[in-house]
Amino acid sequence: MSVLLFLAPTSIFLGLIGLVAFFWTVKNGQYEDPDGDAARILNDHERDGPE
Amino acid sequence: MTSFDADLSGFLEKNRDDTTTLELMVRGARCAACLSKIEKTVAALPNVAASRFNLSTGKLTVRFDSARGDPAGVMRTVEDLGYVVGFYDPGAVRDEHDREGRRLILALGVAGFGAANAMMFTVPVWAGLFGQEMLPATRTVLYWFAAIVATPCTLYAGTPFFTSAWRSLRRGRANMDVPITIGVLLTLAISYYETFRGGAHAYFDAAVTLVFLLLIGRYLDHTLRARARGAASDLLALQTPVARRLDARGVERGVPVAKVAVGDLLAVASGERIPVDGRIETGVSTLDNALISGETLPVSVEPGAFVYAGALNLGGRLAVRAQACAEDSTLAEIGRLMEAGAQSKSAYVRLADRAAAIYVPTVHTVAALTFGLGWALGLGPHEALMRAAAVLIITCPCALGLAVPAVQVTASGRLFRAGVLVKSGAALERMAKIDHVVFDKTGVLTQGRPRLIDRPSDLLLCKAAPLARASRHPLARGLADAAGSGPVAQDAVETPGQGVEGVVDGRRARLGRACFVGVASEQPAETEFWFGFAGETKVRFRFADTVRADAAKTMDRLRAMGLGVEVLSGDVASAVAAVAGEAGIEHWRAGLTPLEKAQAVADLQDAGKRVLMVGDGLNDAAALAGADASMAPGAAIQASQNAADLVFEGEGLAAVPLAIEVARAARRRAQENFAFSALYNLVAAPMAVFGLVNPFVAAIAMSGSSLIVTLNALRMNLAGRAS
Repeated sequence: MSVLLFLAPTSIFLGLIGLVAFFWTVKNGQYEDPDGDAARILNDHERDGPE
Repeated sequence: MTSFDADLSGFLEKNRDDTTTLELMVRGARCAACLSKIEKTVAALPNVAASRFNLSTGKLTVRFDSARGDPAGVMRTVEDLGYVVGFYDPGAVRDEHDREGRRLILALGVAGFGAANAMMFTVPVWAGLFGQEMLPATRTVLYWFAAIVATPCTLYAGTPFFTSAWRSLRRGRANMDVPITIGVLLTLAISYYETFRGGAHAYFDAAVTLVFLLLIGRYLDHTLRARARGAASDLLALQTPVARRLDARGVERGVPVAKVAVGDLLAVASGERIPVDGRIETGVSTLDNALISGETLPVSVEPGAFVYAGALNLGGRLAVRAQACAEDSTLAEIGRLMEAGAQSKSAYVRLADRAAAIYVPTVHTVAALTFGLGWALGLGPHEALMRAAAVLIITCPCALGLAVPAVQVTASGRLFRAGVLVKSGAALERMAKIDHVVFDKTGVLTQGRPRLIDRPSDLLLCKAAPLARASRHPLARGLADAAGSGPVAQDAVETPGQGVEGVVDGRRARLGRACFVGVASEQPAETEFWFGFAGETKVRFRFADTVRADAAKTMDRLRAMGLGVEVLSGDVASAVAAVAGEAGIEHWRAGLTPLEKAQAVADLQDAGKRVLMVGDGLNDAAALAGADASMAPGAAIQASQNAADLVFEGEGLAAVPLAIEVARAARRRAQENFAFSALYNLVAAPMAVFGLVNPFVAAIAMSGSSLIVTLNALRMNLAGRAS
């Protein structure tokens, strides 16, 4: 029982890290050009990421 | 095709650091190779600091490292690579839409996180472990954890529904978001109450899962509208890109049409369209008003004459004083009629809202009865309230919220692949009920541009073609189209509105109007060109606007679908009769003003018909807005594309029956989905009334029904692939 009090907040915290990462990807414009990102991986010498 | 010879620096956007940005729209790029080719070629141009191409939206962003960028050079380069290029629509509407989409994605992410993590705590409850290894105290602790996760997530992710419900209630109406909001908030409230009491009936996971599933439907609906709107404005961006503004010293400067102000002096060269309504300052010419009045015969204009946006300049160069800016560059009366038509369309009640009108009172009455009768029959107030709440929660319109958007997104996706853009889901619903189709003649039944119908010989066509390719005159273009690709005449010089002179096979030759070529024609017609080498016999080429190749076949198909067909045209009777005859249409009316066209559509509606209007010109805009549903070809003017529900690309008319078929299929799928949702509620509601619902049943039932509704919608795609 008492182990729950440690494990449950830990798992919520880990989930929150994922959520924050997701917010970052949206703000960073990573869903703006799904077709382009799928295509870019095939091109060589691609230096910069999404702007 | 756009002309890139003017100074286009008006299209550059200044950045804070001394650089400038140019946004272009590129069509035809589909693969990784295209993307890399475009970016690398453009980046190698002088002054270009960076270029980035978005393959999903077709937007090419070019950053110049100084204020002296060369937009024309970039556009020429991209076009030389084999793509179609235009200026990107800088409209604020699209940005607004992007923000809404981003907000929905975030909400979806939060709801997904909430649903997954709340379920982590409730799965042991579903599994029925209590009473065995775990005690009720543990269950309450798990519920509190679920509450901590689910409450903020539900409130954040549910905001789109809460605000929509509030707006609807303030207008005294109840849309589908009202029961959703009540259901979600009630679920949270009851769950808190139960958890405080240490009871078993907490549904935190259900509340946030419900919001998650509903947001999927909302997001699908949003992407549908965003995609159609973006594609439609891209079409327009390709069509009327540049106005040439003359400054005080008479220097030409290319500016976006949207930036033209009243009083600006604009130059319109031969073969260009008038960018905005205005009055002719200098120059004499003939104008092709086909897009505005539907007339195919050109009219002469001189200084002082009022000219409408969209008219094609066939003759000499004109200087036009702008009398209106791009947004209101339409006849005031047509604008007013369009507004009235748009209002009558917004009076259409969407399928989902009609379902809500039945659903909301029914469910709320059942819940109230459950509470009242339950208490009266001796259940006790607490148990009666719990059962009433269970009714509201389990019947919460999860499947109803997905029933229509899922179908409409698959339907419009199918149409999109066939080159038809659907502006809104409501348009598809109205389209499904059509029983009468009205066509405009010029530009809809016909190609809308002159084609060569009479040539002296193939040999002479080949001789004249090099000169034709050097000209932008519509008739010369028609000749060049007929001849196919080939060489361009050397040293070709064009006399605006008259013709072209150049060297073909080492000899001087002229192509153009009768007087220019040196023929004393008895009656010089605007639909013919003459050609001849210096000192030799001159020959005549005749042009006409030809009927689209698949017009007759399309009419047969429409009649086979049980639809009436009719032509309403602003052109003269003889021309309309000929086209109607060729397309096999019995009913036609000619010589109609824009007002009469709109009235004719209204008369048909009064006679109980549901009318689909297909038109492209300014004279059709009012009728398009007034009809039950409307379609416009991609070459139509802006006012018509704005008024139309669907815009179709391509050479043929096959898009019209296809759109109606898909709309009808979508309506059937949507009705099936509603029927399923009703059935589900008929089973689920009694279970809730008799107290048979526990959190596990609620979760399975709600997700299961949403899944079935979505899968049924996807069947539309299977049907499309098979045919």
